Amino acid sequence: MKSIPVSTTINGDACEFLCTPDETLLDALRNRLGMTGAKEGCGTGDCGACSVTLNGRLVCSCLVLGVEAEGAEITTIEGMADGDELHPLQRHFIDHAALQCGVCTPGILVAAKALLEKNPEPSDEEVRYWLAGNLCRCTGYDKIIRAVQAAAAEMRGA
Amino acid sequence: MRYLAAKTAREAAEALAAEAGVTRVLAGGTDVLVQMKAGLVEPDLVVDIKKIPGIATITPEAGGFRVGAAVPNSVLGEHEGVRTLWPGVVEGANLIGSTQVQGRCTMAGNLCNASPAGDAVPGLVAANAVARIAGPDGERDCPVADIPAGPGKTTLKKGEVITSILLPARPARASDAYLRFIPRTEMDIAVASAAVSLELNADGTVKAARVVLGAVAPTVVVADAAGKALVGTKLDDDTLAKMAAACEAVCRPIDDKRGTVAFRTKTAGTLAKRAALIAYARAGGSK
Repeated sequence: MKSIPVSTTINGDACEFLCTPDETLLDALRNRLGMTGAKEGCGTGDCGACSVTLNGRLVCSCLVLGVEAEGAEITTIEGMADGDELHPLQRHFIDHAALQCGVCTPGILVAAKALLEKNPEPSDEEVRYWLAGNLCRCTGYDKIIRAVQAAAAEMRGA
Repeated sequence: MRYLAAKTAREAAEALAAEAGVTRVLAGGTDVLVQMKAGLVEPDLVVDIKKIPGIATITPEAGGFRVGAAVPNSVLGEHEGVRTLWPGVVEGANLIGSTQVQGRCTMAGNLCNASPAGDAVPGLVAANAVARIAGPDGERDCPVADIPAGPGKTTLKKGEVITSILLPARPARASDAYLRFIPRTEMDIAVASAAVSLELNADGTVKAARVVLGAVAPTVVVADAAGKALVGTKLDDDTLAKMAAACEAVCRPIDDKRGTVAFRTKTAGTLAKRAALIAYARAGGSK
């Protein structure tokens, strides 16, 4: 299969890669660009471990073709911390022990960040519905919800 | 597999028509990529329609709205005008998948995927929505109701691609609602579903009604008798019982692990009753 050159922007940086037309954005990120933060859980859009944003929308990168990234703006978990300084969500996930094995964590952080940009003061129920597409088999979710709310409060300056 | 990001609807239609092998249209990809991953389909050509100018926009038209075929359901759900005019259509579309899936999936894609359980379809059919289709021979309009042909099958001809869906204008005192049954609260496929669109007279009686059922037959079902049963009433209990019975009469569901024939049939009638009451209240009716 002939590879196609793709020119895109990832976490604010211009970026070019080659991929085959049937290759997912997730595979391109992980295997072509070495950005292994997004994980493949199910590969069918059910688990959310591969969450990224594409032109400002939260999506599963396993359900996007790499070639669709042409001219797009993508953000991934790799762009979340500011250098060595963790994003409030990342800090509160650690402080609240909102992760165990960590496979779901990058996807949940990207999804939670997208939520707080849209709704800085969500109810617990809104957080749970927003994150319904992010499966975690370790925590039982309560600690995740608490960490998101603690980060939201800090980000509101509360 | 070849990938083409078509610049115009004509280019998309011509490429699809000219390809001898298996083709797929790519809008949000939330069904197509899953099917490719599962090996259910190995396309020779994938035509991405998202770069076609105007195909990802919602435009007011003749008192209604034309929704481009590549408008993600998340964008639809944020559109105040469509939400106000056709709340039942929007709530059906917004039930599909997760936040991540909503960021990509489209109503036109849900229609073309042709699952009998597609959550966007009953509301569109209840709304008398009309699909605009580009083909190698030009453009045509077709009622959404006439698109599904069976599980995974549509009446679209080779080379044809839906470019937009028109949600028509509606008078004052009119609204709609959609409900589905799933065994949990989120991220599941309808076991049975119902959309009801109502238009009321000034005295609060029903002037016109359209009742449409999902997941209870190979395609979405318009329950004509159920709609007629509501006309002239204010949805009293006897009327609703009659309407539910009329719904049950047109159900031809499958029996599987997700729901028995008896359960799907009864649930479709119950959902239609509840959706009718929601649509009635939204239309300004009071009993």
